[in-house]
Amino acid sequence: MTTTLYTSDHEWLAIEGDVATVGITDYAQQQLGDVVFVELPKVGRTMKKAEAAAVVESVKAASDVYAPVTGEVLETNAELAAEPALVNSDAQGKAWFFKIKIADKSELGGLMDEAAYKAHTA
Amino acid sequence: MPARDDQDSLKRTPLHGLHVSLGGKMVPFAGYDMPVQYPAGVLKEHLHTRASAGLFDVSHMGQLALRPKSGKVEDAARALEQLVPQDIVAIAPGRQRYAQFTNADGGILDDLMVANFGDHLFLVVNAACKAEDEAHLRANLSDDCIIESLGNRALIALQGPKAEAVLAKLCAEAPSMTFMDAGPRKVAGIDCFVSRSGYTGEDGFEISVPAGDAERLAKTLLENTDVLPIGLGARDSLRLEAGLCLYGHDIDTATTPVEAALEWSVQKSRRSGGARAGGFPGAEKILAHFNNGASRRRVGLRAEGRAPVREGALLFADEPAAEPIGQVTSGGFGPSLNAPVAMGYVPLALAALGTKLFAEVRGQRLPLAVAAMPFVKNTYKR
Repeated sequence: MTTTLYTSDHEWLAIEGDVATVGITDYAQQQLGDVVFVELPKVGRTMKKAEAAAVVESVKAASDVYAPVTGEVLETNAELAAEPALVNSDAQGKAWFFKIKIADKSELGGLMDEAAYKAHTA
Repeated sequence: MPARDDQDSLKRTPLHGLHVSLGGKMVPFAGYDMPVQYPAGVLKEHLHTRASAGLFDVSHMGQLALRPKSGKVEDAARALEQLVPQDIVAIAPGRQRYAQFTNADGGILDDLMVANFGDHLFLVVNAACKAEDEAHLRANLSDDCIIESLGNRALIALQGPKAEAVLAKLCAEAPSMTFMDAGPRKVAGIDCFVSRSGYTGEDGFEISVPAGDAERLAKTLLENTDVLPIGLGARDSLRLEAGLCLYGHDIDTATTPVEAALEWSVQKSRRSGGARAGGFPGAEKILAHFNNGASRRRVGLRAEGRAPVREGALLFADEPAAEPIGQVTSGGFGPSLNAPVAMGYVPLALAALGTKLFAEVRGQRLPLAVAAMPFVKNTYKR
């Protein structure tokens, strides 16, 4: 059973057990435009909630992707690093950035469900 | 996102309504509400311009006429030479030349295009500097010239390999123009000023058109399926790949034309030993730079990796160096090269092609090398 939640900074988290797969939303990629580079965190790094975790760069500008929860990076998406344009073609699918082991599930309480996120970006 | 009231105070070009109707993403730029991109996006707009033809609204730029009180255009040219290190007298009727307004310290106040229209000079200056430029001209040249601000005109750039064929349908004389030809021409029956020039490294044209006819002309050009509207985002990546300076970033009041690697734009007649050597603001310093060299220089930079190195990144001579030796002044991703490109200032000793340097990006030192500009070969019709 996968639950998808969203941050106000336009990250999505697909949660299975205590692992969250993290990416940026389709809304975010539309705002960014053509993505030409992503920088992913190192596997094994422990990140605090709201810490800069990854970088996504369009032709024009660089933007941070923040850790939506505290935890350890378990895996990063090598396919995305090799083909950053996946962010534009499949932001909420193939273009996941990293998987993180959730340290404290109570942090999920502050996140939005899909309906709330839709309202946030409306 | 800018606040609403900010947007309301922004100026609009005569093509503003067209940008909005074409789905342009509007952003504040130099006091104007301008399209940074259209639905195609920066990458496609950039590549389309290099492959076909792109239409750019550059109406925010300043257009001025310099009319000689004597009636002789050479007198306006001589007067303007007091403010720029270029040979303006030698610009033949129907031709234009790239120039810079310099200050007493040898720095650059703005860069501009100067055209000889036979009985007067036509100037195009940067949007952010146009009020200061006009005041500068009035303060210094009013004895000899009538300075007329042409705020009632729009400026449309048509750039790319198909620009000639597109414009030829509306202006039969367009194909016979060569790079830097400029003058009054009829386009779609409208009295325009057309120059064969631009800011992309591609062959193309800039068309000055009365504000009231601008939308009709732009729409007529866009009816050709080879033409796409191009926003400021791709305009910047195109000019960066072409190695062209952006005022306020790559050149400013702290850079001389020699430091900026713009020696080619200063003709021999204005250099030491020339027929009209000196006589422009900052001549002493600029000519000393010509004669003895400047200690730093604007160079092209290519990164080894994929990470764009952007404006402001500090440059280091080696990976562990504590002190930066220079700074990136423009940088980003070059869509035609499918790689990062940048330019910046480095000490002369580190300016040779192939010199290995490091740029600091998010705390990491990324390797790059001094590279020849333009990064993408220009296709001007000479």
